[in-house]
Amino acid sequence: MSVASLSDLSAAPPTEKLPPVRGYWASVGNRLRYDYLTIFFLSVIAIIVVLAILAPLIAPFDPTKSHMAYRLKPPGFRNFMLGTDELGRDMLSRLLWGGRTSLLMGIFPVLLATLVGGSLGVAAGFMGGRTNTFIMRTMDVVFAFPSVLLAVAISGTLGGGAKNGMLALTLVFIPSICRVAESATTQVRGLDFVEAARASGGSTLSIVRTHILGNVLGPVFIFASSLISVSILLGSGLSFLGLGVEPPTPDWGLMLSTLRAGIYTQPLLCALPGAAIFITSLSFNLVSDGLRQAMDVKA
Amino acid sequence: MKPMAERDFANPLPINTADRGGRQQPMLLVQSLKKHFPVKSGLLQRQKGAVRAVDNISFSVLKGETLGIVGESGCGKSTLARLLMHLITADACTLVFDGDPVSEIRGITLRDLRKNMQMVFQDSYSSLNPRLPIRNTIAYGPVVHGMAKSDAERLANDLLNRVGLRSEIYGARYPHELSGGQKQRVNIARALALTPRVLILDEAVSALDKSVEAQVLNLLNELKRDFNLTYLFISHDLNVVQYISDRVLVMYLGQVVEIGPVEEIYGNPRHPYTRALLQSRLSMNPAERVTEPPIGGDPPNPINPPSGCRFRTRCIFAEGVCEASQPTLDAVTGDRHPAACHMTDPMSGHTKAAA
Amino acid sequence: MVYDTHALAAPPSPASTGTPLVEVRDLSVEFVSRESTTRAVNGVSFSLAPGEVLCIIGESGSGKSVTMRALMKLHPAKHTRISGYMRVADHEVSAHSEREMRDIRGSHISMIFQEPMTSLDPVYRIGDQIAETVVHHKKCSRADGYARALELLKLVGVPSPERRLKAYPHELSGGLRQRAMIAVALSCSPTLLLADEPTTALDATVQIQVLVLLRRLQQELGMAVIFVTHDLSVAAQIADKVAVMYAGRIVEYGSVADVLQHPAHPYTQGMLASTVSGHMRGQIIEAIPGSPPDMRVRIEGCSFVPRCKSVKPACRRGTPALVDVLQGHQAACANFV
Repeated sequence: MSVASLSDLSAAPPTEKLPPVRGYWASVGNRLRYDYLTIFFLSVIAIIVVLAILAPLIAPFDPTKSHMAYRLKPPGFRNFMLGTDELGRDMLSRLLWGGRTSLLMGIFPVLLATLVGGSLGVAAGFMGGRTNTFIMRTMDVVFAFPSVLLAVAISGTLGGGAKNGMLALTLVFIPSICRVAESATTQVRGLDFVEAARASGGSTLSIVRTHILGNVLGPVFIFASSLISVSILLGSGLSFLGLGVEPPTPDWGLMLSTLRAGIYTQPLLCALPGAAIFITSLSFNLVSDGLRQAMDVKA
Repeated sequence: MKPMAERDFANPLPINTADRGGRQQPMLLVQSLKKHFPVKSGLLQRQKGAVRAVDNISFSVLKGETLGIVGESGCGKSTLARLLMHLITADACTLVFDGDPVSEIRGITLRDLRKNMQMVFQDSYSSLNPRLPIRNTIAYGPVVHGMAKSDAERLANDLLNRVGLRSEIYGARYPHELSGGQKQRVNIARALALTPRVLILDEAVSALDKSVEAQVLNLLNELKRDFNLTYLFISHDLNVVQYISDRVLVMYLGQVVEIGPVEEIYGNPRHPYTRALLQSRLSMNPAERVTEPPIGGDPPNPINPPSGCRFRTRCIFAEGVCEASQPTLDAVTGDRHPAACHMTDPMSGHTKAAA
Repeated sequence: MVYDTHALAAPPSPASTGTPLVEVRDLSVEFVSRESTTRAVNGVSFSLAPGEVLCIIGESGSGKSVTMRALMKLHPAKHTRISGYMRVADHEVSAHSEREMRDIRGSHISMIFQEPMTSLDPVYRIGDQIAETVVHHKKCSRADGYARALELLKLVGVPSPERRLKAYPHELSGGLRQRAMIAVALSCSPTLLLADEPTTALDATVQIQVLVLLRRLQQELGMAVIFVTHDLSVAAQIADKVAVMYAGRIVEYGSVADVLQHPAHPYTQGMLASTVSGHMRGQIIEAIPGSPPDMRVRIEGCSFVPRCKSVKPACRRGTPALVDVLQGHQAACANFV
């Protein structure tokens, strides 16, 4: 063997074509590209979100304006494409506007809970010992309540209103997200590259930022995305019970509740907000599953 | 085979030339290093015993040498590495680095120790951050120690080139895009990034295929010469340890049973365990097949090690004295090759003791 | 240390007498995923006489384990494409259904692994596991099953076997667990034992015990063994025949003495040269440069070309076939054509 070949230690033979450099998230994106089911439901979500955002522009009527003469009219009645509700308000406009509240109820609590629960979980996982015990046992206490009951109890105590409803949902989601973050962190913390970072003299904060977060974010993100549909459902549930959004603000859950009266005369009307909740929550759920599959592949 | 060739580099990497204690001062002095992991069980988590992972170990590492550390799984050699790096806290230990006691007044700080002593990990899967391009992994240490990011990345590139990975091709890659051997090169580059004087190599080549292992061993030899390094080479592979080490330390159940120059250990082993280990090496010649295993049984559980000499349960020479008292690694002044066995101590009362 | 210099001559060589026990012809295994196809094994052929020990040597990714698992049909059918002919005794494995395979596995063909916990169930006692296998395949009573279990533990040299029958796998040390796994594998006196690096994870002093045990059992029971390893010295201890695999192909085949003492293929030569021993101190090891090829990329010509030190133009043209270097010693290298 020649000395030259010794310095040419580059382990790839020169003829080999190297695959392109691809970061983790880029490879996740690439895998998602071929997952048509996920792409379909992702576009459904996109459409719903765009419609909700554009509601003020595209809604044909004011969602709160009642036309007392036309109450509980079927879809296609005059200008009311999807009919009217029990107070004669345009269903389409209410559904579009309601999407804003419902999506907000779905996404905002999860975001907030991810921020708080994730931080707590990473802290608990990385510190270990007593800190871990303290944080996690506190979470367990909260977690011990059934989530629906807890949400109802909290917003019941705080009083109605969209803000309080979201706060209640946030509190409900924090423990489970915290738990996911904690277990992911604990797993990563024991790996050699974290030890190596410590051996390089890295401070706790810098190790968490550079080495822990990148590895914990994935699982937490997947879990959080699966919570969005739960959050939409729970939010609608709260509104349905009169604990979330207050009338006359349009909200799918609230609509479902108020339309109950007409369930025998116009069952289709009643089904509309239900369908909206169903489709949205299903889409979020399936996209979350697709994400999990795309992100799960190990190297 | 050709002798090591002189090589020069367009871009010389920094070499740590600090030598505080003088040539004769050992690089590392370890005295009565001890670590027991408590074993808890039951509802109240009461301590039921302790894994005596490292039990009162003393040794020294000379400047510029390679000290090989061999032993079977569970003998505490990996714990030893992590204790020296202060990744786990020792129960008791005096550590002197080049004349300076570590984390004591008038000594050097832990931070400075870690700059001077780095570790190469075994498992190439978990030793690199999967979400970080390898250039950033290497640059992490220098950045933490205050180097500007651009300088650190340039250093990382130089190091990558030095360990045989072309930085323009590999620098931006993620660990999963590299082979096992390539990952181990990155591991080595990371350890070199802080210009250490001592490298602890914990089973650094054990997980590699033979052809790649040979490449990495060649690289380690080159780096040692070019960067003026001292190695602690931990391995279970006796052939590799013999190839690379100047002195060898043999561990059994958390204790040192024998230490000495490599020719002495391999040519004239004094401890029966060392002999058994050496006899367990497999010959490459199919005509030389072993028909009788040199020793039976497995290494005992380190939770409740045998009394007296820990090897006595598997030793064919075990006598009453071996159960009654623990042989010490009596480093008689001037003895370059002590062994912790009653048979080497004329005063022990063992019938086979050399008179 | 006691060396048995006659060990090579000792086992009877039934290879010349009758039909081989195992026959594999042109076996190819591909793993298919949405993004890529990994050609793990590319046209492997070999045969094995009853009572013979074949060592398949290769580095990680060479296809050695994949070849052996294909013989047991252990690869998930969904993502695997297997082609070629495989026969073990009277069973044409390549044509068998999953159902038929289940009867063969554990009775005619058994397998032992590197990690004993992959085949030992952690929640059952050792004795129950062995007895269960015996009862399942031999349709005998439970009492007979337990008697056989005790007999087997004695056979594999487990000290105080009566006590160990009642032990759970986690209560045994590494070496004993390995012995227990061997006992489970031998429970129905298989004619073929497949061993996937069974000693790699063991300590040196324990590895040699297990190797000596395996060789003794193989000779006493007259089993054929296919032993997969990356360690040439393990092959030297246990093999009759050796097949060296590289990039999914057998590149050299022959008796253990021929291959290890007079390697013909540049890869085998490189492997031997890069295996460290003490007398090389201070010298540069003759490492094979580079690393094995990516099996997702189809390679024209000999796959060892990028790392080979004696490349001829012919090497790039086509895949070299196994040709006789000497009687019974074959190598797939253009230098011998």
